[in-house]
Amino acid sequence: MFPEMMRDPAVLVITAIVIAACSGVPGLFLRRGRFGQHAATAGALVAALLALPALISMLVTGAKTGFTVDWNLPFGACELALDPLSLFFLIPIFLVFPAGSLYALGYWPAASHRSSEPSVTFFYGLLSAAMALVVVARNGALFMIAWEVMALAGYFLLITEHEESEVRSAGIVYLIASHVGAASLLVLFSQLRLATGSFVFPATGSLQLAATSASLIFTAALVGFGSKAGIMPLHIWLPSAHANAPSHVSALLSGVMLKIGIYGILRVVSFFPGQPLWWGGLLTAAGLTSALMGISIASAQKDIKRLLAYSSIENLGIITAGIGMALVGQSTANPRLAYLGLAGALFHVLNHSMFKPLLFFGAGSVMHATGTRDMDRMGGLAARMPWSAALSLAGAIAICGLPPFNGFASEFLLYLGFFGEARAPEPYLALGAPVLALVGGVALISFVKLFGTTFLGAPRSPGAAHGHEAPATMLAPMVLLALLSLSCGLFPQLVLALVNPVVRSVSAATPGPAALPIQALWFTVAGASLLVLAAALFWYLRRRQSLFPADRGPTWGCGYLRPTARMQYTASSFGDMLGSLAGSLIRTRITRGVIAGVAPAAVRLSYTPEETILYRVIQPLVSLVGIAFSFIRRLQHGEVQIYILYIFATLFLLMLWVR
Amino acid sequence: MIDTLFHMVLVLAMPPLILGVIGKTKAAFAGRVGAPFLQPYYDLSRLMRKGVVLSDTTTWIFRAGPVVTLSATLFAALLIPLGKHPAPISFEGDMILFAYLFALGRFFTTVAALDTGSAFEGMGAAREVTFSCLAEPTLFFALITLTRLSGTMSLTPMLHHLSLSVWVAAGASLLLMLAGLFVVLLAENCRIPFDDPNTHLELTMIHEVMVLDHSGPYFGCILYGAALKLYLLGALFLNVAVPFSAGNGFLDWGIFAFSMLALAVAIGVVESVMARLRLIRVPQLLVAAMILTAFSLVLVVR
Repeated sequence: MFPEMMRDPAVLVITAIVIAACSGVPGLFLRRGRFGQHAATAGALVAALLALPALISMLVTGAKTGFTVDWNLPFGACELALDPLSLFFLIPIFLVFPAGSLYALGYWPAASHRSSEPSVTFFYGLLSAAMALVVVARNGALFMIAWEVMALAGYFLLITEHEESEVRSAGIVYLIASHVGAASLLVLFSQLRLATGSFVFPATGSLQLAATSASLIFTAALVGFGSKAGIMPLHIWLPSAHANAPSHVSALLSGVMLKIGIYGILRVVSFFPGQPLWWGGLLTAAGLTSALMGISIASAQKDIKRLLAYSSIENLGIITAGIGMALVGQSTANPRLAYLGLAGALFHVLNHSMFKPLLFFGAGSVMHATGTRDMDRMGGLAARMPWSAALSLAGAIAICGLPPFNGFASEFLLYLGFFGEARAPEPYLALGAPVLALVGGVALISFVKLFGTTFLGAPRSPGAAHGHEAPATMLAPMVLLALLSLSCGLFPQLVLALVNPVVRSVSAATPGPAALPIQALWFTVAGASLLVLAAALFWYLRRRQSLFPADRGPTWGCGYLRPTARMQYTASSFGDMLGSLAGSLIRTRITRGVIAGVAPAAVRLSYTPEETILYRVIQPLVSLVGIAFSFIRRLQHGEVQIYILYIFATLFLLMLWVR
Repeated sequence: MIDTLFHMVLVLAMPPLILGVIGKTKAAFAGRVGAPFLQPYYDLSRLMRKGVVLSDTTTWIFRAGPVVTLSATLFAALLIPLGKHPAPISFEGDMILFAYLFALGRFFTTVAALDTGSAFEGMGAAREVTFSCLAEPTLFFALITLTRLSGTMSLTPMLHHLSLSVWVAAGASLLLMLAGLFVVLLAENCRIPFDDPNTHLELTMIHEVMVLDHSGPYFGCILYGAALKLYLLGALFLNVAVPFSAGNGFLDWGIFAFSMLALAVAIGVVESVMARLRLIRVPQLLVAAMILTAFSLVLVVR
């Protein structure tokens, strides 16, 4: 009986979710030693080994399974289901979760983080399981429960280093943004309940609604899920949250949790048989704006993790634009556009969950070695951390969307969609191509800067000069992710085999891979010949060099004889040129002391890039809201008898209302 | 087959000659005799025989830079049609790969520059990535216009669609596009008015300063790669600018080679009669070029 059950891939997936949820529990009770963390990592690896083959086989064979759990809550049936869309979004979870757990063995070891390690490990598993539950839930109430568990587990992970005030305030902002989003989701699910009469999700394409209520549901979903996905201007929580969490947590937040927002949008949109044109238009415009603004702000950052966080906004923007393109394609009966948009977006979802955790892991190794997040104080680490440098280089090339890595393949599909629209009678969507090209150009600035100023040149601080290579447990997940990025770029047909069933299940109007006008083989040809050409040239030059050994000497300083490491271009100066052009988006705040007197004392000067929208628009708005809420706060004064009066009055009013 | 062979021979052998012609034109304007036309070939063969000096701060990335850049450019050479002959490799969307291969080259050139830890090279790298990022949308606007005109999404059919009749019908748009593409050609190849390929010891330089520390065969790869890039973007420009076909395959090769030399002379003339722009003017010109190509799209859609 039991072996029979375990042969069912759906049962394997559910088992893996349960294992993930429980992986950190032993560690909570075993306060001493590192056994708890090792057990949790083993659990994560087992969960991934159970889940990933099952997920892939179910996706490829097109299997669908549903479970109904018996519960006695008054929200209707508690349904869990595994359809292609859910299966696809489970893949990043079971990819990044074990990788992050393995990485944590070296990065956040129980030995040196005795007090925080058990809780970090526990919430890490809980967050992964909650995200998986969000993805498989088919009941609005269950969805919200899992969503809240996810949000709170994320919060506790994020405030791991709560001794620092910066971390605490990032946590508060995250919590508020998360609950504003959740409020919007409550509106969404109550509207769905009004429309269908039950909290159970309607089947794909079965929700026929009047235009206004459909649009209300869409808007609520866009606000609720968009704030989780970090679409501008709902992104305010994202940069500081991702920058202040431990790196393996940032990898999970950025590589997976943001995608849950994308999943939500796709799920809600798939309820409707037809979508108005403005939904797709709005998503495309919001996505492209988000991508361009996100990456422009990223290019001005000097904090390595903040840069990565803003680049997440860019990547999620690209994904959103792809979904928007797909919706436009569906509502204008253009199956080719619908396919390219959705396939490109889903492909990019998977890609981003490979190279972004890779880069966060790289950043973690760098911070581990140097003790700072400030790229202006790094440099020269490639000599001391050759493996981390090479793997981060792979991540940087992939995230810039350059061949032969996977970022190129997914952006290529979106470009094909935009370019195809140039032939349409009204080629508005074609304008997406130059925007995407500009985004790609700015991404190149950001990641040349990230890689160059961190790993190359001369060390800019003693910390950077004494950096050391990360241990094998930290390198292993990075190697895995880098290899995956490369192979998905060389063989995109493998990923498309996973993407196509999802596209078929989400949009009825889309005719699978027939809409793809290009042989995936070209990616293999181009990537392989690039690699072979480069390897041959490199080998030839090396051989020449072994015949005539190279002379070594200092860098040519253009005649200046006393160069110092401080004269190098820093991360701030590298991005300054574009920053001066994007001055309305980002400005540098310089704080300095006053130099006075004949013999002035030492004075500090510091500079921080600041996001204009955040500091000029959103913060004043939030403080206005704060003033309004200060009146409501008077209700909360700590006198218990009056609280009881509130409860009584509320019950009384409810009784009147219900009667 | 014979076309592919011709394509390879032209792409591999001709680019340094373009540099020679530009140099000779500039010398003529300056009233000098100038270096021989074949000087870049002599330079390359000399560099390939020289030893190498490596800076102590550099790692393998410094050596990988020129190698990857040259291989990316070489692969891009297979995607662009020369004159009225099809490119050896052509598929839907190859123009995107064409643009992104140059981006890959740029990534590695700038990263190799940062590897030296020199303030000058860092400065050059920062400028290179910023200006190229502004030039990118111009190229894509031009490609969209071409897609709309030809209805195809591959470089060879897209560029071969242009004929005299298309020029008569959409001349204004194509002229604007040519202007934009010429600006991109000059900017991407670091020509005056954006950059001065002859100097590297001024604070306004971009490309030359990034390769200050490269020497010997590595510098040879860079020089050859730069010539090849100029050749490829020049071929893109010429495919739009010279729309007619002689009808005879060999004559078409001749027309292409001749117009390439004429383009080299034109670049030489621009370099001789113009001064380099002030650095803060460069982004403005690049944005202006982008707007020109955007207008060319509007004219086609109208």
